[in-house]
Amino acid sequence: MSRLGKLFSRDDTQPWHGAYAPYDLVKELCVAVVVVTLLAVALAVLFSSPDEKPSTLGQWSRELPVNFLGTATKQLNGTSGTAEYGPPYNNGTASVQHAAFFRPQEWFGVSHPIDTANDYVIDPLRTIPGDTALRAALAEYEAAPEKTRKAWGEAYAKPLEEYETAVEENKTPPHTVKLDPSTDSVSVTSSGAGPVPTMMTRLLSLAQSGGLDGALLTSHQFYQTDYTKPLLYMADGELLAKRAEEQHLLGTQWGMMNETGSFPGQSWLWLYTFWYQIEPFKSSHNADLLVIIVMSVLSLLFVCVPFLPGVRDLPRGIPIHRLIWREHYRSQRRA
Amino acid sequence: MSASSERPASWTVRVREAGVSALPPEKLLPDGQPTYVASWIYVFGVASIASLVVIVTSGTILALKGPAWWHDTSVGHFFNSIHLWAVELFFFVIVVHLWGKYWMAAWRGGRARVWITGAVTFLVAIPCALTGYVSQQNFDAQWISTQAKDAMNSVGVGAFFNLTNFGQMYSYHILILPAAVIALAVAHVLLVRRHGVVPPFEIGRRAAALGDVGGDGDGGGGSGDGRAVAQPRAGASPTGASGEAAS
Repeated sequence: MSRLGKLFSRDDTQPWHGAYAPYDLVKELCVAVVVVTLLAVALAVLFSSPDEKPSTLGQWSRELPVNFLGTATKQLNGTSGTAEYGPPYNNGTASVQHAAFFRPQEWFGVSHPIDTANDYVIDPLRTIPGDTALRAALAEYEAAPEKTRKAWGEAYAKPLEEYETAVEENKTPPHTVKLDPSTDSVSVTSSGAGPVPTMMTRLLSLAQSGGLDGALLTSHQFYQTDYTKPLLYMADGELLAKRAEEQHLLGTQWGMMNETGSFPGQSWLWLYTFWYQIEPFKSSHNADLLVIIVMSVLSLLFVCVPFLPGVRDLPRGIPIHRLIWREHYRSQRRA
Repeated sequence: MSASSERPASWTVRVREAGVSALPPEKLLPDGQPTYVASWIYVFGVASIASLVVIVTSGTILALKGPAWWHDTSVGHFFNSIHLWAVELFFFVIVVHLWGKYWMAAWRGGRARVWITGAVTFLVAIPCALTGYVSQQNFDAQWISTQAKDAMNSVGVGAFFNLTNFGQMYSYHILILPAAVIALAVAHVLLVRRHGVVPPFEIGRRAAALGDVGGDGDGGGGSGDGRAVAQPRAGASPTGASGEAAS
């Protein structure tokens, strides 16, 4: 027995000195590979696999233009989920989680910087050529003090928020926001919004044309494989959540453990997802960190089962082994 | 060709001798197993390896052809489906395998490392699968990556494990994590071969005499010795299996 085993266990399992039977390990593996291959092919033929098309900023801005405008305005004002998130995207605090003094989210700082006003609104608008009104609006916005910019943004965001709240509560939307379903254009009546209406109208057009998708993927070089910016932009809006709810993927629906359609998903995440369904995790601001801590402890215990009194002794007490080794015990009984 | 025996043992020779000493060929690939290795539960261990073979093979084909292939062509989508179902099968059989080994208390007799490598293989397979889900380049990938990022960020892992970065996740999925799973699985199998398949709980001699197969002695593991009661089968082959003693 190993020293570890001697240290932690009363294990007195003896080496086997009994009989042996012929056993072809290589043949067994080959047969198993063939059987599993046939099984996987059969399942693929019978059930295929899900492949729901990804969402785009263009799709979002066409399907939910008011929500897109509202979210974009929050990006400009620095009040969106991403803008206030914290590490690794910025120095916000809204999504920083902690357990007592344990704050690992802050350990590595801002590794993927996102400045929502510039990255999501101002820089993409600069890519639109030949629009003098937009140029003037951008110049006015950037020349204004922070306080004024904030006031303009809030004045523009207010009617959009009122519209979305009314729609959500099935009330008559305010007349300050007019949606033209034939063109998916939105007209927002707002006083004291300065150049923001001009900027946001152009941004909506850019997004609906698909230009914003391209603008957010443009990096300093030709190739690109990092979708952090557009994904976080969309995650701040409602399109992804709306689709996820239709596909029973929300956190309250056991979340990402599920798969789109009726396909089995990551069912092995059931215990991880389970904690999000119960208190105190369900309503905790620090739910992710707490669940990870719980799962880390449980995983460690799982790995250390051989050294855990009680847990390691249970198999001896609950005689499932009698079923597994029934042939062996039967031969002993005969003997 | 080996060097002459007069020369001092080289590192190569030492490694070879240590390897052969720990796992001589007849122990590495024995042609016999103890007679108690006779249950359907043993199938799930080899089925886990077989599933891993199918996953790696289908995944390699998908990686060689690239994302557009599995989205835009029916053949590519078919291979993607095989990959998905092989993963589902892998997790199913490995969970049954783990439960089976738990109820056998397969860590007994100095086999703790066998259990540990098996358990860690399962745990490492989970992020391996997760990175596959976020590398799909479809709506599922968008949703899972934007949801799971908060958990990664909350523990600081998001700084170098960014679920919304396809390029990074794809690297983790097709290289780093599969390599870890394969290495752990290989270590696990070698440890199983080194220590042999865990013997049954021994039944007390008195209980055996009374015909009570469940009377496996006290909590100390029973006083019986499998050698005393096991009956050789016709055609039994002890070749190479005599060294299956626990270390």
